[in-house]
Amino acid sequence: MSKPIHQLMFIGGQLVVLLVVVLASIATGEANIPISQTPEIVRSGEGTEYFILTQIRLPRIILAFAVGGALSLSGTILQGVFRNPLVEPYTLGISGGAAFGVALAIVGGLHLTGHGYMLPLAGFSGAAVTIFMVGILGFLRGGADITRMLLIGVMISFVASSSMMFLMSVTTAENLHGIIFWIMGSLDEPNHHLIKVATITSIIGLAGSYLFVNQLNALQLGKNKATHLGINTTLSVRILFIVASLLTGVCVSVAGVIGFVGLAVPHIIRLMTGGDHRLLLVSSFLGGSIFLIACDILARTVISPNELPIGVITGIIGGFVFMIVLNKSRIQKEHHGK
Amino acid sequence: MANNYLALNSISCGYGKSFNLNGISLSVARGAFAGIIGPNGSGKTTLFKGISGILPIKKGSICLSGVPLESMKLREKARKMAVVSQFPEGTDMTVQDYVLLGRLPHRNAFNFLESARDKVLARKYMRLTGIYHYREKQMSQLSGGEQQLAAIAQALTQEPELLLLDEPTSHLDINHQMQMLNLIQSLNKELNLTVLMIIHDLNLAAEYCDQLILINDGKIYTQGTPAEVLTFQNIEAVYNAVVIAQTNPLSGKPVIFPVSGNILKTHRTDINNHHKTMTDNRLFNQSNNNHKQ
Repeated sequence: MSKPIHQLMFIGGQLVVLLVVVLASIATGEANIPISQTPEIVRSGEGTEYFILTQIRLPRIILAFAVGGALSLSGTILQGVFRNPLVEPYTLGISGGAAFGVALAIVGGLHLTGHGYMLPLAGFSGAAVTIFMVGILGFLRGGADITRMLLIGVMISFVASSSMMFLMSVTTAENLHGIIFWIMGSLDEPNHHLIKVATITSIIGLAGSYLFVNQLNALQLGKNKATHLGINTTLSVRILFIVASLLTGVCVSVAGVIGFVGLAVPHIIRLMTGGDHRLLLVSSFLGGSIFLIACDILARTVISPNELPIGVITGIIGGFVFMIVLNKSRIQKEHHGK
Repeated sequence: MANNYLALNSISCGYGKSFNLNGISLSVARGAFAGIIGPNGSGKTTLFKGISGILPIKKGSICLSGVPLESMKLREKARKMAVVSQFPEGTDMTVQDYVLLGRLPHRNAFNFLESARDKVLARKYMRLTGIYHYREKQMSQLSGGEQQLAAIAQALTQEPELLLLDEPTSHLDINHQMQMLNLIQSLNKELNLTVLMIIHDLNLAAEYCDQLILINDGKIYTQGTPAEVLTFQNIEAVYNAVVIAQTNPLSGKPVIFPVSGNILKTHRTDINNHHKTMTDNRLFNQSNNNHKQ
């Protein structure tokens, strides 16, 4: 079978799985709405059940789709650029910066104003400052030195999280609760404008990074080899870094810190599909969406009617799935080797 | 000088201010098979990086068929010059995908799909380098030598005019070393590919190259045919090693024999006599040649 057909089939399979988790997620929740009745309810256009479906469950699914996809895409881009499977969106200090921004806003009482835009804005500002600092310090010496940027990101992450802990240790119990709640991440976003922003950003991010898919593939051979293949590596690395950072910044500011999607999902998808980014970018976006929607179903049902923070589920499930997949792939490789 | 394909005009380059290649001038004719030799740390790799565009050239210029490299776009350069480095990357890409990346400089930057011709070329050069049956394997599953063959296949799909190789035989046994160099030799002859490679092994360098450039301390010590460059005097001066240089009876190319410390102690006179004969022969040959002219 030729390769493009193989790739399309993989993406087709993912779309089917995505449809299944979306339907499951629509049918899951406190109010018992059977999936067979949903077309009718949607058509009727009124009533509590209509409201629950279109104003509570659907926005949540869309947000999970966008955030899961964007985080996973961002992880794929960064792992590709840095050629290091341990890099994820948060390694570069973006989540630390965002969390610090939010903590600062909460301690300063800004969250009481601004119609719920204040915390996302503070989170995004924190993320943007971090991106800016990593970018400036990393790009300072002309050619974007990849290892240097990674180290700078890790250091900024430390500084940001320590500063945040400082704020947490001197503030009131109420603020502390607000900060912790935000850090744990949540897909419960009442502001539909923010959901729109996240969705549009993630789709644009996917399209934008796809324009650099040749460059990403060439960068897998190292910066020097990519240069020898006629790629302007410095420019490509910078653009890809900025795209990944913006995606992460928007996700963090809307949904808080949802760990592990950006680390584990790209890695698992890569083990399944191989290293061709023409497939990898799309399939890890879809993989991230599927993963986060599925995790959200669990977060809402495990201790129903209460809800677990989504980060708890992604961390636990993601961690175990990751270890199982890694172990399997090692066994397979050993078989191939012999 | 019309057939000077690659020309370096007194270039200087290096890392920051620490180490510089100074005033390197050399030219390689179209279709030549040239080798860069020199001791560890002499600047071979710096020169290689300068030519391949990884290190900036601080002074002087490099021209390909008379066109300065700095006036070319990266993609344009990549269509003329392909580079095979010492350690190709063992990625999780399949060999086929890896080789196909060699077509990138020929495609529009935003064109993601390989054309039928791209695939034909990749297949052709995978067959030529003998890695076609590994094409579905991941690069990381290949041995070092096979990865290097894949890197050469990738370089060939770039359809370059000049092939730069950094020690293509460094981690191969004698059989694979010769297979590799025979392959490069046949590419050089059949595709009229100009080859410039760094090579450590002086005997292999002598046997395969028709032009050698001996580098020492960031400068060209001497250059010319293998017989001109690989004399015991040059090797003693540059490598600080005592050797005996003789001639391969089949190819007429020089062969270098190392002289170990023990032999040096016990046979000093023999070696001196040998060196003297070699020098006399050389002078004799030279004067003969002069007479002929």
